[in-house]
Amino acid sequence: MATLIKNAKIATDSWQRLDRATDGSLPSVPATGDVLVSLPLWQAMAGELLGRNGGRLGVWLDGSEDPAQIADSLEALSLVAIHFAQFTDGRGYSTARLLRERHGWKGELRAIGDIQRDQLFYLSRCGFDAFELNDGLDPQGALSAFTDFTEAYQTSVERPLPLFRRRVAEAV
Amino acid sequence: MYLYDAVDQRLVDERVAQFRDQTRRFLAGELSEDNFRPLRLQNGLYIQRFAPMLRVAIPYGLLASRQLRALAHIARKWDRGYGHFSTRQNIQFNWVKLEDVPDILAHLASVQMHAIQTSGNCIRNTTTDHLAGVAPDEIVDPLVWCELIRQWSTFHPEFAYLPRKFKIAVSGAENDRAAIQVHDIGLQALRGANGETGFRVLVGGGLGRTPVIGTAIREFLPWPHLLSYLDAILRVYNRHGRRDNKYKARIKILVRELTPEVFRAQVDAEWAHLKDGPSTLTAAEVGRITQRFTRPQYQKLEALSVHYTQALARERGFANWAGRNVHPHKVPGYAAVTLSLKKTGVPPGDATADQMDAVADLADRYSFGELRVSHEQNLILSDVKQSDLHALWQEAKALGLATPNIGLITNIIACPGGDFCSLANAKSIPVAEAIQRRFDDLDYQHDIGELDLNISGCMNSCGHHHVGHIGILGVDKQGAEFYQISIGGAQGNAAALGKVIGPSFAQDEVPDVIEKLIQTYLARRDSEAERFIDVVRRIGIAPFKEHVYGNADQKRENRNGQLAAA
Ligand code: HEM
Ligand code: SF4
Repeated sequence: MATLIKNAKIATDSWQRLDRATDGSLPSVPATGDVLVSLPLWQAMAGELLGRNGGRLGVWLDGSEDPAQIADSLEALSLVAIHFAQFTDGRGYSTARLLRERHGWKGELRAIGDIQRDQLFYLSRCGFDAFELNDGLDPQGALSAFTDFTEAYQTSVERPLPLFRRRVAEAV
Repeated sequence: MYLYDAVDQRLVDERVAQFRDQTRRFLAGELSEDNFRPLRLQNGLYIQRFAPMLRVAIPYGLLASRQLRALAHIARKWDRGYGHFSTRQNIQFNWVKLEDVPDILAHLASVQMHAIQTSGNCIRNTTTDHLAGVAPDEIVDPLVWCELIRQWSTFHPEFAYLPRKFKIAVSGAENDRAAIQVHDIGLQALRGANGETGFRVLVGGGLGRTPVIGTAIREFLPWPHLLSYLDAILRVYNRHGRRDNKYKARIKILVRELTPEVFRAQVDAEWAHLKDGPSTLTAAEVGRITQRFTRPQYQKLEALSVHYTQALARERGFANWAGRNVHPHKVPGYAAVTLSLKKTGVPPGDATADQMDAVADLADRYSFGELRVSHEQNLILSDVKQSDLHALWQEAKALGLATPNIGLITNIIACPGGDFCSLANAKSIPVAEAIQRRFDDLDYQHDIGELDLNISGCMNSCGHHHVGHIGILGVDKQGAEFYQISIGGAQGNAAALGKVIGPSFAQDEVPDVIEKLIQTYLARRDSEAERFIDVVRRIGIAPFKEHVYGNADQKRENRNGQLAAA
């Protein structure tokens, strides 16, 4: 089981992932519980999912998927996840910033897929606040990655003002 | 020289600690080779043919004497007593041990240096004109802008895992000495109608296996928007650049596949959101960075030193050197000097630890304690008094650093090739040496005049062979090392890609072929003022080809004839 890290703490995961069956057919929707669905599934079954009586909804995006496609659905969602097929595929960093900075997503933004300790710092700067850490990694050790660096030059989700603007603000 | 402030220093120190821990975990088996690779690459560490290679950044080529001494110390203590200055204003150590690298990085940090993002699929060391700030043809001093780009690109959280490496070069002069047309992004700093600074932005240039000259996507980007516009370009590339094939992953392929017009429209659409946002640069920040650069305190001198002109008239050797290796300076009475790392028999760009220490001393005594690394793999003392030139020349000569060959055929740019690089098809160092030996005669070299000769050991083109007036490329022919030769390439404002003259040659044939190219040139030039490249442009490659292959065929026939007779 992957370990969930949320807000820089180890957390328990209430979300169940739902995707098409291997034969391509749509899965049956659990009546309750938190479910995280792929974008194609969301596009196919949003009505049914929204019609449930209990449980929260989330959508995950692959690296190639444009966050604009869920911009109109964000109000109905409690979780957005971005899937990294490999940690070296950096598209999700841009996806995350677009969700936060352009589409105004304030809820949980989770990194899933190939997620390791040494990427946590940059991921969190791009707006992720939850991470499903790969199996076999030491979760406690991973937590220290959030403090790899104590400052950053650029603008980011976590520090919207770049260092040069914060310096001026502090000096005043 | 840019001086770190407390934050700059802290970030570099934190990077050392981070990499120390990553190395520890790798050596303890907690981090797999695959997972460690991108991390070590972003700290400049390759695993090469014989040993790991460490590439250290010399941001925009500027180096203080104490930093050069630190490099000498590293070469001595952790390597085999020398280093290799590359075409990207970096230095490479070829024999370091992986477990020593954290200590080496800590030593670098103690002199405000690092190996951050010198490799890997991220934004690399930003390069510029080696005469930045001193060239008479300068329009805008690029150094401050380079440092702003260095800070913006260092640990940029969004762009650490790009489809491929990403290189930015900046030029602020009339003559481009930074090869901005063959970089992922090339920035030409210029002045607008009211004297304000801005940038002409080129994208999608590059060498490698698909050489491309960059396309301008913006003619004048006012300076406050520099970083937000770079963010927009990088974001479009990060999201849409190809990741399915590493040979098609550079931005040049994206620009070509989309067309420059569509690429520009996508950048503009992205930029519309970022423009005037928090990344917008302020005059205060530009001023702050400017203040952190130490600048030479020049004396008021005569435009032309009598001492200098007398020495020129007196000594031919000195005049030869001054003619090639001394460059005009925008401050009266000063000059910039190239210390040539292209002495025959020494691999191009290599310097020993002793030479580095000695050059640091020269920089202290003659050039305000600073120097530059040029993309032609030489060292530059940028602020020398004309009246000191003769004394400097004598000292440089004693150190083997006064070969008067800048701009000439023996100032060869070459990658490390098969002697060090595991990607090589062929060696480049022995070929460079054989050519240097063939043209060792100074009068002959001077008669041939300006000529750029570049050698790469494979199509990755680290030696920029595409933009050499003569380019030599190592190729593999059924397991044997062969060399393909092209002519007509050029760097600078009139950048052009060379054309291959025909089938490739064995190593020992190369000097003869070069000689034939030179003979053709000498026979066809209309005057001494017409350079090799000018003649190629005027008459095309056919006459060169004829001379080379006509005779080569004959030689083969002769050889076959001899074989038949034997
Ligand atoms: C010995 C270790 C080296 C390795 C493994 C290496 C690897 C590579 C590779 C794979 C490329 C092609 C990238 C592409 O086209 O996407 C490349 C390009 C390049 N390398 Fe190297 N290189 C090495 C050393 C050097 C040195 C010593 C220099 C400077 C003398 C250098 C400067 C460059 C430059 C300027 C390019 C230009 C092509 C471009 O980026 O468009 N490299 N290198
Ligand atoms: S051109 Fe090829 S042989 Fe030369 S350094 Fe680059 S990768 Fe190695």
